[in-house]
Amino acid sequence: MITAAAQEREHYLNTSYGIKSWLLTKDHKRIGLLYLATITLFFFLGGAFATLIRIELLTPQGDLVSSDTYNKLFTMHGVIMVFFFLIPSVPATLGNFFMPMMIGARDLAFPKINLLSWYLLVVGGLFTLFAMFAGGVDTGWTFYTPYSTTYSNTWVIATALGIFISGFSSILTGLNFIVTVHRMRAPGMTWFRLPLFVWANYATSLIQVLGTPVLAVTIVLLFCERVFHMGIFDPARGGDPVLFQHLFWFYSHPAVYIMVLPAMGVISELVSVFSRKPVFGYGFVAFSSVAIAVLGFLVWGHHLFVSTQSVYAGMVFSFLSYFVAIPSAIKVFNWTATLYKGSISFATPMLYAFGFVGLFTIGGLTGLFVACLGIDVHVTDTYFVVAHFHYIMVGGTIMAYLGGLHYWWPKMTGRMYPEAWAKLSALVIFLGFNLTFFPQFILGYLGMPRRYHVYPEEFQVLHVLSTAGASVLAVGYVIPMVYFIWSLRYGQVAGANPWGATGLEWKTASPPPLHNFDETPVVTHDAYDYSTVMEEGIEVG
Amino acid sequence: MGTKLPLFPVQASTIAPEVDHLLYFLLAVAVFFTLLIFFSIFYFAVRYRRRSEQELPHVIHGSMTLEILWSVIPFGLTMVMFTWGASIYFTQNVPPHDALTVYAVGKQWMWKLQHMEGQREINELHIPVGRAVKLIMTSEDVIHSFFVPAFRTKQDVLPGKYSMTWFQPTKPGKYHLFCAEYCGTKHSGMIGWVYVMEPQDYQTWLSGGATTGSLAENGQKLFQELACANCHKDDGTGRCPKLVGLFGTSVPLTGGGSVKADEAYIRESILNPSAKVVSGYQPVMPTFQGLVTEENVLQLIEYVKSIGPKPANAAAPAASTGSSTPKNR
Amino acid sequence: MADRAHAETPALRVQFDTAEQQKDASTLGMWIFLITEIMFFGGLFLVYTVYRSIYPGVFAHASSSLNEVIGAINTAVLLCSSFTMVLAVRAAQLGQRKAIVIFLILTLVLGFVFLGVKAYEWNEKFVEHHVPGPTFHFEGLPAGDQGPAQLFFSLYFAMTGLHAFHMVIGAGILMVLIWQAKKGRYSADYMTPVDLGGLYWHFVDIIWIYLFPLLYLIDRHLLK
Repeated sequence: MITAAAQEREHYLNTSYGIKSWLLTKDHKRIGLLYLATITLFFFLGGAFATLIRIELLTPQGDLVSSDTYNKLFTMHGVIMVFFFLIPSVPATLGNFFMPMMIGARDLAFPKINLLSWYLLVVGGLFTLFAMFAGGVDTGWTFYTPYSTTYSNTWVIATALGIFISGFSSILTGLNFIVTVHRMRAPGMTWFRLPLFVWANYATSLIQVLGTPVLAVTIVLLFCERVFHMGIFDPARGGDPVLFQHLFWFYSHPAVYIMVLPAMGVISELVSVFSRKPVFGYGFVAFSSVAIAVLGFLVWGHHLFVSTQSVYAGMVFSFLSYFVAIPSAIKVFNWTATLYKGSISFATPMLYAFGFVGLFTIGGLTGLFVACLGIDVHVTDTYFVVAHFHYIMVGGTIMAYLGGLHYWWPKMTGRMYPEAWAKLSALVIFLGFNLTFFPQFILGYLGMPRRYHVYPEEFQVLHVLSTAGASVLAVGYVIPMVYFIWSLRYGQVAGANPWGATGLEWKTASPPPLHNFDETPVVTHDAYDYSTVMEEGIEVG
Repeated sequence: MGTKLPLFPVQASTIAPEVDHLLYFLLAVAVFFTLLIFFSIFYFAVRYRRRSEQELPHVIHGSMTLEILWSVIPFGLTMVMFTWGASIYFTQNVPPHDALTVYAVGKQWMWKLQHMEGQREINELHIPVGRAVKLIMTSEDVIHSFFVPAFRTKQDVLPGKYSMTWFQPTKPGKYHLFCAEYCGTKHSGMIGWVYVMEPQDYQTWLSGGATTGSLAENGQKLFQELACANCHKDDGTGRCPKLVGLFGTSVPLTGGGSVKADEAYIRESILNPSAKVVSGYQPVMPTFQGLVTEENVLQLIEYVKSIGPKPANAAAPAASTGSSTPKNR
Repeated sequence: MADRAHAETPALRVQFDTAEQQKDASTLGMWIFLITEIMFFGGLFLVYTVYRSIYPGVFAHASSSLNEVIGAINTAVLLCSSFTMVLAVRAAQLGQRKAIVIFLILTLVLGFVFLGVKAYEWNEKFVEHHVPGPTFHFEGLPAGDQGPAQLFFSLYFAMTGLHAFHMVIGAGILMVLIWQAKKGRYSADYMTPVDLGGLYWHFVDIIWIYLFPLLYLIDRHLLK
């Protein structure tokens, strides 16, 4: 993979070669790369579906694909992006690779289980891909009953089974991370010296461990209902279809935080390193992650404001939903305050961090709209909601994921990416993203329902804008793919610490040796103590 | 709605301006904070840009005052949003007593609507301006959602259950009706129009067109056809409780407790008669599940309503129902 | 790599510094796994609670048709198996290698007794047409209540079925433990797998302790 003469030193990439050395590896770094390759494939597949959806929506008529095909497209887009890209995105790649290094460990607590997690994701993904090629599934990624159990004639079971299996991947990753943070920290690495990325992944793991089993049992019930017609969600047999929605969102709302919390962790790292200052209000940022994880479990009912849930239940869920807004706001304010009197570098990862904070702010603030009962009745199940969650998941998570990928790329591969191209693509993504999704807020408030294959003519202009934005966005996503691969061979060789960062992962060589550190590090400072780095002198990569 | 690039939906119900005012408040808060964050980032990024590689900024760990400030102020604002939003939501869920009732049945992929007077419509709803309209809705198959953007109202429509929404149109015109809950292949085809008419036009519309009698009349016909009257005798001597004067009263049940005789209860009693048996009677009634459609059920309910107590002497029939003597089979 | 102090040995994996750290990590991992299991069964308990409160009468009828004597026998069997499991863990702590094997085998046998009794019970349901499906019929309830009655049996089969599935996994774990114990792998110094297998077994036992009253006993007296 890396063949330059300067790379003779032994590291995790050249200790062994061959397919088997990768497929049977127990090294968290290699498993992180396996995840990276896997989810990149899923990302571009899900992106291809999104492209088809946007092209179809150029005109109000359904002229590119049939209604059934369109329904399958948005379902597969949602299923693949949520379960096979966003949920594993930051934790399973960057978290897997760097969380053990950041706490000074040689590996995760259970390396074999870590590898098993990856296999489960792949097997789950294969089931879903099978469902896709066998004919697709058309229930929407939410699988609402009784449509999914009784009326849909598509491959619901295979898809649900794929999600079920990948759920165990998520559970085991969470379990592994929690045990690792509790038991594997290097000497001197106290809880309040942990980098905020570790806190964020820890909070995420709590959700994965507590929430995902509920999704699993929901899928089991869905399976039983569809196959054996048990009646659990079938009103004709005394069941309640809304009960499914409660169970589903009990997992799937916290799942939003599985996607965005680790992204917030990445941003805390980036904002600190590229303004060369400790994160403002470290304790608040750390605890806000845990607060989000806990509160996230109490708000699922805000997806059911018009589902015949009682008026008072709606009020309680709306009230609690606003509590989640506070820790999120605290994070945004603290990141911004970190910049104050900093030494701010405009390196690519920082551009992504700026993009994240801006887009997450918009996504978060529009969250206040959908948490608001009176407004949500109007905007729920419209493009307003679509725009809102894309601002969080694409504007938030994917921006942070790409920012983190650029930031840690030199450590992972020992190579720098081309800075000018990277800056360009960051800009293209930011602009393309806003052009794609901002018009959807207006569409939604106008009343354009989501999951519509054909739509009234007056919505066309905004749909065309959105599609134009999507094509810009697509270009923005392809550029990094190209230059990252290019950099593996031709990129400038990176030093151990090209950014002047403080984390333990930068105290070892790039790429790191097989067991991360030549000797177990002993931690004597708080996180983000840049004076220590300055004393060592910065090696600019 | 004629322009090619609408940016804001028409307001055509009493609730619409209320929802929009709340939206303006939320927008103001959102724009303020977005600009605050964007401007701060931009200003700090330029003002404190890195000037030399050896720069080491002064360490600032945080500030308790600021943390409290930017937790408490947003929290206060969100509580305003919550209270305001909840009060609108409450209004949206409590229809006025004099509301005109229209029954809606969702079905893959159409809306079937029935007026009290017997008019039946598909994917169209004609209503008078200035009069509150209450929709009682159910679905024959999957979950749908009744959504009229111009009224800012939306309500899921579930199989096996009645849901309710109401609105009071303020402006005559033709407005979109959408199904907002994904319901299968032709989900985006499950659309229609709501026609809000001047009261006199509405009356003309009501009297025009062929109807087969009012909803209650149709219900009465069905009541005879299904031989319900054999047991539910008007004088209370049948094997089953009499239905005259029943609607809206409280019914005592076998095994204790009581239930209010509302739409949901009547529906349940037709489809699953043994679920709640009136005290003093045997569970002898067969189920009509599969024999009657959701629309038939609505007609029957309307019939039961029409023979219900008049508002003036509501108490008397309730007492007679409650004290009817046990019957032997 | 060459000068690393921690080469991997069978008893100490390379990522750990000490055997104690390794044992702590494994135990914590097992507890977290059991928490995920609680959330998994929690979803089922929730669904059961919701429907029990919607259809209290029908559920009481349907639940009374279950054979509480068999349920009680199975509860006793499972409690005994937990006891023998504890003895096996104790034997491992004391390093009594023969005793470990004996107690593990006893536990396994009791586990199979439970599954056998369960299979007999399920078979009864088939005979009585109490298995959800087209042939489902519950005598003594009117047509309108057949749906909720079927719901009860759906949940009965889902809950006892998933519990039995966990028992089967537990039996598999026991077999591996017996095999390893026979080879003399466990001693007072290294007995983590026995310990963790025990935790799992007790967990499955506890789930049954909740299932038994929930499915067999509540409101039984009302119909006597």
